[in-house]
This record gives sequence, C-alpha cells and structure tokens, in this order.
Amino acid sequence: MANTPQSTYTGPVVVDPLTRIEGHLRIMVEVENGKIKDAWSSSQLFRGLEIILKGRDPRDAQHFTQRACGVCTYVHALASTRCVDNAVKVNIPPLANMMRNLVMASQYLHDHIVHFYALHALDWVDVTNALNADPVKAAKLAANIAPARPGNSAETFKAVQDKLKAFVATGQLGPFTNAFFLGGHKAYYLPPEVDLIATAHYLESLHLQVEAARGMAVFGGKNPHTQFTVTGGCTNYDGLTPARIAEYKDLWMKTKKFVDEVYIPDLLAVAGFYKDWGGIGGTTNFMTFGEFPTDPNTTKSYLDTCYFKPGVMMNRDLSKIDPVDLKSITEAVKYSWYKPGDPKHPYEGVTDPKYTKLDDPQHYSWMKAPRYKNKAMEVGPLARCLVGYAQGHPEIKKTVDMVLGNLSVPATALFSTLGRTAARGIETAIVADQMAGWIQEFSARAAKDTNLCSKWEMPEKAQGVGLVDAPRGALSHWINIEDKKIGNFQLVVPSTWNLGPRGEAGDVSPVEEALIGTPIADPKRPVEILRTVHAFDPCIACGVHVIEPETNEILKFKVC
Amino acid sequence: MKFSVGLGKDDALKRLEQSGVSRRDFMKFCAAVTAAMGLGPACVRKTAKALTAARRPSVVWLHNAECTGCSEAALRTIKPYIDALILDTISLDYHETIMAAAGEPAEAALHEAVNAKDGFYLVVEGGLPTIDNGNWGMVSGHPMMKTTKEIAAKAKGVICIGTCSSYGGVQKAAPNPSKAMGVKEYTGVTTINIPGCPPNPINFVGAVVHVLTKGIPELDGEGRPTMFYGETIHDNCPRLPHFDASEFAPSFDSEEAKKGWCLYELGCKGPLTSNNCPKVLFNQTTWPVQAGHPCIGCSEPDFWDSMSPFYEQG
Repeated sequence: MANTPQSTYTGPVVVDPLTRIEGHLRIMVEVENGKIKDAWSSSQLFRGLEIILKGRDPRDAQHFTQRACGVCTYVHALASTRCVDNAVKVNIPPLANMMRNLVMASQYLHDHIVHFYALHALDWVDVTNALNADPVKAAKLAANIAPARPGNSAETFKAVQDKLKAFVATGQLGPFTNAFFLGGHKAYYLPPEVDLIATAHYLESLHLQVEAARGMAVFGGKNPHTQFTVTGGCTNYDGLTPARIAEYKDLWMKTKKFVDEVYIPDLLAVAGFYKDWGGIGGTTNFMTFGEFPTDPNTTKSYLDTCYFKPGVMMNRDLSKIDPVDLKSITEAVKYSWYKPGDPKHPYEGVTDPKYTKLDDPQHYSWMKAPRYKNKAMEVGPLARCLVGYAQGHPEIKKTVDMVLGNLSVPATALFSTLGRTAARGIETAIVADQMAGWIQEFSARAAKDTNLCSKWEMPEKAQGVGLVDAPRGALSHWINIEDKKIGNFQLVVPSTWNLGPRGEAGDVSPVEEALIGTPIADPKRPVEILRTVHAFDPCIACGVHVIEPETNEILKFKVC
Repeated sequence: MKFSVGLGKDDALKRLEQSGVSRRDFMKFCAAVTAAMGLGPACVRKTAKALTAARRPSVVWLHNAECTGCSEAALRTIKPYIDALILDTISLDYHETIMAAAGEPAEAALHEAVNAKDGFYLVVEGGLPTIDNGNWGMVSGHPMMKTTKEIAAKAKGVICIGTCSSYGGVQKAAPNPSKAMGVKEYTGVTTINIPGCPPNPINFVGAVVHVLTKGIPELDGEGRPTMFYGETIHDNCPRLPHFDASEFAPSFDSEEAKKGWCLYELGCKGPLTSNNCPKVLFNQTTWPVQAGHPCIGCSEPDFWDSMSPFYEQG
C-alpha cells in the first residue's frame, strides 16, 4: 500500500469554487503539520424554492422541485409526486409504479457513471501522465482486468493518446487548465497505462451517458427534467408500446455492458492503487430510506416492499440495523445563515435568512444541519451498501464481498472515501443487473394492461410525505395542503445530510468529519479535499432550502 | 513555480514575464510538456510556438443560481458530441462542472481567460440573485451578479443557456425571494437567449456554431434565435389534427389520453410557447407531449408564473 504523501504545511486552505459538483460549495479547512485538523462545509447559494411553492397548485410542486437539481434530475419530481399521491390518498396503478421505477433505475445508472468519470475521475487520474503510457502495455493490462472489447485495444489507446497529444500541443487545455495534476503531483499514484485506460474511458463515457440518458427519456419524456409523472400515476402511454420497450431495453443493455465491462473494471483497477484511501475519509452513522418499491400503496409501509430496504446503522455497527423513525429528524440552524432558534423537526421549523459574512465560523452555510436522534448521518450509496450488507441483502452481500476480495481489504475499509466511491459502483452494477427482471415484468404487464393513472380528488386539507432513496441518498418531501393549495412544502435532501454545517452541539457534519485527519501533500493543490468531497457527489442546489413556520403535526405522518 | 498553460496568445511570453514567469521558466515548462508528449528536445521550440499560437475560440461558462440541468443538457449533444465540441472546436476555459481545477487555480483560469487578448465568448447558466448586494449567491467569495456583470461587459458575445440566465428562471417565480434577474435584465448587455428548462442542446450548440461562424443569429423580441424559436409548439404538434377536430383528452386516465388525443384541456401550453421540441425531439427520441404530458411552456419568460397552474387551461 502506498504511503499517503503529506506536507509539513500548517495553516488554512480554502477551496472555492469546489468544482465538478452541482452547485456552489466552499470548503474551508485548517491544516496542521500536513493533516486536516478541522473543516467547514459552506453552501453559497440561496434560492428559496419552498417560499415560491407556497400558495400554488400541489400538482405543480414536482415541476418546481425538480429544478432543485438538474444532475440528480427526476428524483425531486418523484419525491413530490409521491408526496402529493400520499396526501390525496391515491393508489397508483402497478404499471405506473413499474414505469417510475425504471426511470429511477436509469437515473441511478446515468448519474453514477457520469459521477465516476466526469466528476470524480480527475481526482485520481492524471490525464497528462497518460501521454507517457505504452498503448500496447495498456491493452495487455486492460485484457487482464476486463473482458475483450474494441475499446480496450492498443489501437484505440494509441488513437486516444495521439488525440491527447495534439490537444496538449495546441496549448489550450480547456477543462484541464490549471489541473492539480499538471507538472506532476505526489498524490497521484497510477502508472501511465492505467491513466491512459481511464482517460480513454473518460472520453468513451461522455458518449455512453448520452444513451443512458436517452433510456430515461424513453419513459420520462426528456432528460434532464422528466415530464411524465402526475399525481395518480404516469402519462406516457407511448411508452407502453413494444417498440418503446424494445428501445429502452436496448439502451439499458448498452449501459449495462459499459458498467460491467468498463466502469467496474476501472473502479477496481484504480482502487487497487489507492488502497490507502480505504483508511481515509470515513464517517460514523448511516441512514437509507429504501427505494424501488414493488407496491407503493400498502397502508403499512411501502418501504417494506423496496428492493433496497430502509435502515439506520449507528457507530459503524454492522451487527445492528434499526428501522427509520422519521419523527427523530431535526434540523439545526445555529451555524447557518438564518436567525437563531432551537433544533426542530422539519414540520416545526422556522427559517429566516440572516447572512453574516464569508468565513464566519459561527455562521457559515445556507444549509441547515439535519440530525437523526441528534446524530449526523451519512446518506447515499455507502449507506445503502452498508445497511444492505448488514441486512444480508443477497446481491449487495455478494457484490461487496467480490469487491473486498478483489482488493484484498477487510470490510472496515468500506468506511472511507474509497468505500464510498466503490459503493457507488457496486450499486450501479446491482441495479443494472436487476433491471433485466424489471423490464421483463413491465413488458409482460404492458402487454395486457394499459392503466397508468388512477382517479383522485384534491382534498381541501391534507398532509403527505414522499420518500425517495435517490442516487445521492435519503430524500423526503413534505406537504401541507390547505384550501386545495400548498400551505407548506419542504425538502430534506441527501446533500443537506452529507454536506451541511455543524449541528446544535457544534458536532461536525459527515463531510466535515470525513475531511478531518486527511493528509494534504500540497496545500496549493489540495486534491485530497476534492477526493473526499466528490466521493459524496454533492448537489448543493438541492441542499439549500427553507421551511416556513408550522404547527407540530408531524405525528400524523405514519410513513414508517 | 506554477503557471497556467492556457496562455497561448500573441504576447504570452510578455504576459508571463509580467506575472513573474521568466522566458527561461517558460522554456523549462515547454520542455516538460514536450517530454510528457513523448517528443524529443528538438520539439521544445515547436511546443513553445504551439503554446503561443492562434487559439480555438475561448469560451467561459458561468454558473449562477441554477440547477446545472442546462450543463447536463449540453452534455447530451451528439452533433457534435460534447468531447468533440470542447476538445476540437472551442476551448472551454472555465466551466465549474467539468473543469479539473478547483479553488484558486480555477479562479486563475477564469481570470486568464477573460483577460486573453483574443477575447472570449461567454455562456451563462443561471439567474442572478440581487438581494442583499448579491450575498445570497457567491462564487470564490464574489457575488454572482458582480462577476457576471464584469465579465459580460468584456465578452465578444453572450449566450444565455436556459430560462434562468435568459429571464431569471425558477428562483424568480413569485415572490422571488432572492430578487433574481436574468442576465440582460441585470447587466444591460444584449444576450442571445436559448431558453428552455433545460433547452434542447441542439438549439444551444446551433447557436454557438452560428455565433462562431456567422455572428449573431436573427433574434425575436425575447432575444431568442428565430431559427429555433420561430414557431410555436402547437404549430408543429403531431396532436394538432386532434385539436382541429376538437378531440381532447379530459383526464390522464381516460381512453382519450390513451389514444393520444390533444392535451389542451389538461393544461397544455403548446399554443403559447415558441420552441421546436416536436421537430427536433429531446434525447433524439421523444418529447413531453409525445410522453402524454402537457407542455409547461418552459421556453417563455416567467413561465413559472404565467403558465401555471400547469394542469389548467391557459
């Protein structure tokens, strides 16, 4: 295992803009003798979507909330639609649930592939070092780690290298301008051949993601920002035709092939050189809401019918998974840019913006600090993987064990930046695999059933909640309907859990915890900060939200 | 020593010297790049020349109050694919979602690009929060509105991708808590608007190519290129014959909805919306009305207020 390089620097490091994420994030750390001693995650934009929603038609919420994020597109549309479904008490037809699930599955695949290559890879892969590679050796190496495919031939690698050389020779590095790896960087460990393989696949992924997104559009109407869900079900009857299902299946197969033959082998190859990162960037508590319900309408809990099951893991205890209790969620504002108040459940929350200044350690983010039983919780792929692993979820267990075995690392290595990035790949492979059956079931049902939407009526007054376990993690939307309009609407989103500020007691958020202890090799080019922050796949625009004053009516929500 | 390599312009050496990088340092850097490219020392001078030669048109892309859906939409282009666009056609010198650099080196890349002698084109994604001196939206510690205003004034041309930068967007919807504005509204600079939420990448790439090759295209009163936004959705809708025959779907669960009848009574804003969705499709395969969902009018200014409630007749 490589010795993680570390400088002797002592002092502050600020990264703003923190690029290759959705939204505007400022990370401030205090480094002591080359190691991060303290960290602050600061969200830099406030838009006020929930204020805007007030007084509008509840059916419209999905369109507004979907614009929280165009990277994790669809997940907010689904959460809002489930939320209003729940409030108006409509049971959606089975076919509509299947269609919603397939679009979500496409989003998992697309989102994670784009994250690994476009948003995360350059933290580990030195593109310029690929110019030093021997394409023949790269092809041999690729043949050892992945099935034979034209994309891994010496000719392809040579062509990519030539293209890259010509590009560098123009002197205009475009997106690679001022990259941390330029001129060499001690924290990049890959041999040139692996850099070349990953760079070639980085470019290939840009084409593949177009097709993965097209799959989403086949049922979703378009991508980004689907337009096919409505309260009561879906609208896309065109998506029920055999031609459309065949088109979707074809795009899924191409995407799955890429996942199995490119993404997973690349993940393992790169991870093999960065095993030291299996001991850096861990957090403590994990929560997942569950996703891919087979029946979203059961009165008990549709979460129990989810393919990924809900659960809470405290203190890294793989032997104990607790059920999710939504009543135990509170949000603190002590360290945020809001007027002070005690931590409150989302339904009692009060929000009143009060910006102070940049780099004010007492108030430093537009995000609130959500806590579960007063604890910071990591959500997302690693939480799903850990909870599933502990629950004995057969596919998760099998795939996690395969990855741990391949890398020869113990399960404890999952609690890390590397584990987080690996978990994302693991669940991508699992979802891609499961989709075979889901498409088959949808196709069989669509052959004899055309019901995509149920009838319902807007009540004068109602409450509802919509839970989604989005690619980035646990997401919930909450609505109060008053006079058939939105009285109050709230979003508690994955990136708020992962990337919020300190809680009431001054306790750090998951990303802050993960950053503390990280070695920094070059404080002017702190790639280590990018690695850990990117591993959470931040979506900052999603994370910032406001909550209007509300009455204490949370106990009426019986979701879990 | 650290300096940017994106400095290939006529007086690059002089500018490097001004920023404390000597000719000797620069040649050392060129030798390193040349070696990295697997070329011999004889090519160092050639590399130096290439590094200071004529440039691909520089494009700077600013992210403001937005969801990054427009960047994602641009990633879905296939003619050309995004890699061909950003590696062969333009030089995308600043784009926060895809650039490798972060923090100060990223800021430096922006500074270099917008001060380059050959100039640059600006793409803006997102609206501008103007409340509280712009403090509700900051990048690198600077209010978005300030940075955008300064840079837009210097650009050779400004393209607004999406409804947010064009007209203010979703955050501008009533009561507009952050006092968000579109780029033209706030900066006073004339912009080419490619609205949509997000817009079809074909319209964006088409506008970029037009600007680079032929200059500013013909625009309508809302700043939209007429070649893309010259007709309404309704004009080209495949469901138009049903509209003409008064065949309307009364509900989403109806037999008429299943048969693909007109969605006008379910709130479709196609007649009020200028865009080419039915002609060019999204993701090369379909579009919302084909997916049975009413048009929400997303390429019209202030559609979040003027077109909603989305499921009621306009």
